Amino acid sequence: MATIISNRRVAEGIYVMHAEGRFEAKQGQFFMVRGWDNYPLLSRPLSVYDQDERGVKFLYKVAGEGTRMLSRMQAGDDVTLLGPLGNGFPAAEGRTALIGGGIGIAPLFYAARHLEQADLYLGYSVEVYEEHEFRSLGHPVEIDLGGIVLDRANFDDYDTIFICGPEPMLRAAQMKSAMSSGRAQVYVSLENRMACGIGACLVCSVGCENGRKKACVDGPVFRAGEVVFA
Amino acid sequence: MIETTLDTACHIGEVTFKNPVVMASGTFGFGKEYGKLYDLSKLGGVSGKGITLHPKSGNSGIRVHETPSGMLNSVGLENPGVQAFLDEECAFWETLDTVRIVNLGGGTIQDYVDGARLIDDDSQKRQSEGRKAVDLVELNISCPNVKAGGMAYGIKTCIAREVVREVRAATTLPLMVKLSPNAEDIADMARMCEEEGAEAVSLINTLSGMKIDVRKRRSVFENLYAGLSGPAVKPIALRMVHQVCQRVNIPVVGMGGISSAEDMIEFIMAGAEAVQVGTYNFVNGQAGADLAEGLERFMLEEGIRSLNEIRGIL
Repeated sequence: MATIISNRRVAEGIYVMHAEGRFEAKQGQFFMVRGWDNYPLLSRPLSVYDQDERGVKFLYKVAGEGTRMLSRMQAGDDVTLLGPLGNGFPAAEGRTALIGGGIGIAPLFYAARHLEQADLYLGYSVEVYEEHEFRSLGHPVEIDLGGIVLDRANFDDYDTIFICGPEPMLRAAQMKSAMSSGRAQVYVSLENRMACGIGACLVCSVGCENGRKKACVDGPVFRAGEVVFA
Repeated sequence: MIETTLDTACHIGEVTFKNPVVMASGTFGFGKEYGKLYDLSKLGGVSGKGITLHPKSGNSGIRVHETPSGMLNSVGLENPGVQAFLDEECAFWETLDTVRIVNLGGGTIQDYVDGARLIDDDSQKRQSEGRKAVDLVELNISCPNVKAGGMAYGIKTCIAREVVREVRAATTLPLMVKLSPNAEDIADMARMCEEEGAEAVSLINTLSGMKIDVRKRRSVFENLYAGLSGPAVKPIALRMVHQVCQRVNIPVVGMGGISSAEDMIEFIMAGAEAVQVGTYNFVNGQAGADLAEGLERFMLEEGIRSLNEIRGIL
């Protein structure tokens, strides 16, 4: 059990929850989160937005019943956290870009905070949020509203690129990576549905060039080239 | 003083379970993952991820969809194959202080038989070396996700009979047949298993279900249908377990939506020897430990010393 320190709305349907506890989450890892007993059945996989001495933060979008229930929780309420889980982002080498689409910007904040250099590209469809927080990290931040954020980054300018966003964006990133010079090591963070979160149930399976992998324990971060999008 | 007199043991043939709490196939991997969360020796048993003779990559596309009080899954029996299971998982299973159940599926009858033989040969080899990794075979004739096998075998008794007979002849290990709720007559199916020499039956596997994405105007699942599990199916499962218990004399292992000690007690009162817990593992990562403890607490509260006092009282 973790007590909620704050749970604030930052845009329409977008919230930041700060939950108390000492965790040692690495960049790109996630927690299975639930703010209820048995119903809904499944916990929600939320990536680590930030972590400080008081606890862990999640930037999340209300997408269904579970996240709606989370959004209604208040400071002092308890959430159940299983984690940190997954492999997260590898060590970034050389010039680095972080590209996020929509709620996919969430894991990039904590990753950016640990990088000496990073160019941030944040894409939004309707409303910009957490811009101030991202800018406070001191890295260059490029914001795209309503366009295609991927188009703003030249992959050949970078050695390492981390991308998180909806599947069409990741698919496009994979294509863009394949057509680039190959200088950049491109990684994507997947948002597959999960049930157990620990590698037992196989529902988050990801088709990869060398067979199937589990988004929860083998990922959620994969080399862009290794994922076979359906 | 009171604790020491509690008798929670269950039996299938020669196999003794320390308590009726068995983790259900497909929800527990081969135990390693949950073994990091709690001590698996608290469990009566573990039924491993279903395996088939040849490795299977399972279904592509979305594999899970939550429903009110349940979930649909379409994993499609992704597994490393029997040989990889024996080579890579059984060393860990040898160390487990709980009943180890291998769940065997198949595409053709020959696949079932060959898979059963491989497991049996391995088991005899280990036994000759004083080791043991598998206590019981659970035969999956009911997985609704596999186009070539599963569903077809588990629906008609006369077709299932052939698989059970062949696998019975192919293994010296105790055999438990896992039944599908999609069977035409599940009590008849259970009776057939008893006639063919199975030591036990387990039920129910998932109910065939469906979910349509109305914006995309297609099924959420590439395989069209998926298997429903969780508390939503519990009343149906309980009724079926009760019906089967009226028809057979072999032990019945009940499952379907179990999420509390009281749920387990219901199945035992309906006649089950033991129970399996599946979807609840996703609700509570400590499910097995909590349920084993909850069962003892319930027995103490109700003054039950042995589960035999309440088994099959309905």
